[in-house]
Amino acid sequence: MNWLNNFIRPKIRSLVTQQKDVPDNLWQKCATCEGMLFNRDLSENLNVCYHCGHHMKITVDERLRLLFDDAKWDEVRLAKVAQDPLKFKDSKKYADRLKAAQTKSRRDDGIIVAKGTITGIPVVIAAFDFDFMGGSMGAGVGEGVVRAAEEAVKTNSALLAIPASGGARMQEGALSLMQMPRTIIAVEMVKEAGLPYFVLLTDPTTGGVSASFAMVGDIHLAEPGCMIGFAGKRVIQETIREELPPRFQTAEYLVDHGMVDMVVPRKELRATLGRMLGLILRPGFDAHGTGRSNKGGSAPKSPAKGGSDVRTAANAARNIAQLAPKLATVKKKKPANTSTPVRKAAAK
Amino acid sequence: MSKLDFEKPILELEAKIAELRNVGSDSSLNISDEIRRMQAKADRLLQQTYGKLTPVQKVQVARHQDRPHFLDYVRGMIEDFTPLAGDRRFAEDKALLGGLGRFKGRSVVIMGQEKGSDTESRIRHNFGMARPEGYRKAQRLLEMASQYQLPVITLVDTAGAYPGVGAEERGQAEAIAKSIEACLRTKAPILSVVIGEGGSGGAIAIATADRVFMLEHSIYSVISPEGCASILWRSADHADDAATALKLTAEDMLGLKLIDGIIQEPIGGAHRAKEQTIENVAKQLDSSLNSLIPWNDNDLKQSRRDKFLAMGRNL
Ligand SMILES: [Zn+2]
Repeated sequence: MNWLNNFIRPKIRSLVTQQKDVPDNLWQKCATCEGMLFNRDLSENLNVCYHCGHHMKITVDERLRLLFDDAKWDEVRLAKVAQDPLKFKDSKKYADRLKAAQTKSRRDDGIIVAKGTITGIPVVIAAFDFDFMGGSMGAGVGEGVVRAAEEAVKTNSALLAIPASGGARMQEGALSLMQMPRTIIAVEMVKEAGLPYFVLLTDPTTGGVSASFAMVGDIHLAEPGCMIGFAGKRVIQETIREELPPRFQTAEYLVDHGMVDMVVPRKELRATLGRMLGLILRPGFDAHGTGRSNKGGSAPKSPAKGGSDVRTAANAARNIAQLAPKLATVKKKKPANTSTPVRKAAAK
Repeated sequence: MSKLDFEKPILELEAKIAELRNVGSDSSLNISDEIRRMQAKADRLLQQTYGKLTPVQKVQVARHQDRPHFLDYVRGMIEDFTPLAGDRRFAEDKALLGGLGRFKGRSVVIMGQEKGSDTESRIRHNFGMARPEGYRKAQRLLEMASQYQLPVITLVDTAGAYPGVGAEERGQAEAIAKSIEACLRTKAPILSVVIGEGGSGGAIAIATADRVFMLEHSIYSVISPEGCASILWRSADHADDAATALKLTAEDMLGLKLIDGIIQEPIGGAHRAKEQTIENVAKQLDSSLNSLIPWNDNDLKQSRRDKFLAMGRNL
């Protein structure tokens, strides 16, 4: 495809310089099959190569748009965390890098917490923004995962985590390491409330992110071809001094090795998630005879509906059973509050 | 190999003293005076040097081969140690050892990474870098601690979890994540001490504890200074800059409120006085354990959570 680069590119460039309205790149080359992709067609195809099916990155907003019903959601405001507590500086100050990323993304950190519905079922999504310092997880991102869990518990929603991250944010030192237990605590709160916790692994999910909340989901989905692993390829190669197996650390490789339930093409994500959430939250029977079943199984026809009534009696019963021991220790508080001591801190 | 460059003047002085001692066995007054004078100088030098170690020097001390390792602590402070083996799924991982034992009269579960003390044992223990099986064994032991209501002591000493093809295939990330989860679910007190290197995910996997201590010259970091330097400075030559920037010393960690306390090392570092170091660690563990017994399972779990959730919010 070199002739394209050499011949057509300059022409496009000259167009761009003349006409500011034309997007920077009208076309691009698929990294996998080298097929030519027109940007408009590509974005209509959700940034999936229409020649070979290679999944390219999409922005976090595009991600939410394709998952939530009617492409609508509410963003959950996140508490501000200490900025640059280590006063970290390499060739550049971390404080400056952070500010630049904040200005560019118009967000405080590399995570979006959003609530909406998927096929009518309430879901809180914690989605990483890879464009924000490689989706690295520091205190701000960790706080986002915690906040997402609290919101899921508060609103009886499922939690869907969508990591896209190279791992911990080195510039926050061991504080970023501590986001591993912190995000797992967040997941524990959701699980104890009897709510589903799914993980959608996207490109890439590695290091401290893969070794924390991303690997403790009830169900692990992954986008085709995305990279998932703990150690970086280069580090492994330097350690073992051998060639790495083909497809090493790809989503498909992780399915083969039992770490991921399924690889789901981008186009099918919403339907797949909706189906699984329905199977779990609308069982179609009343397991404990509490008479509060929603007579599940009814197809989620109206996306507008489906707030708190989505939870089944079985689920609620499970929930109450799990809350019971906590109620015994914290008698003064209402049940709804007992499972989330964090919220008290957040409210301050 | 086990000599540290910044210790050179001290070691040279000590070698001279040893030489003089040999020569002066007929013990003329002059020589013994000279020896005393030199010894005082060596002691002063040692105290000065170790009183103001730079972060990168602490990294060297934390990795010192003669530092007491997991099995030294077990020998020094645990009676009736009974090692337990295997993750019940795939293999036994000798990088992360554990078992039952008696600590100051109390039955405990104890585990930690073992780096080994000579070439052969270092290889056997894979230099303290555990594979998924090690972390799954840890999970198993943590569950056992809950079941029998036994306190857990974890001694952290690892450069990190092992980066290998097999480790990745068998789910290193999942094993670490589940190990953290197992710590959080444990219905018994967990006490952790970073005795050397607290390397990233491989360390936090067994250090999500009710009390976390660091030995004075140990380090705790999200990435090795060399790794950090090669990524952010694009050259491993900047490891000393990275060591400083990462705030990986015990003092830094306490300042960031990420650990609960620092255990003093004898002057000149743990490698110069193993027994004294082990005694200091045992003393700290004993008093911490006393403060946690008896416990209420749910309160304990909740305060463990609260402690980690407070991190970063309290700065
Ligand atoms: Zn393609």
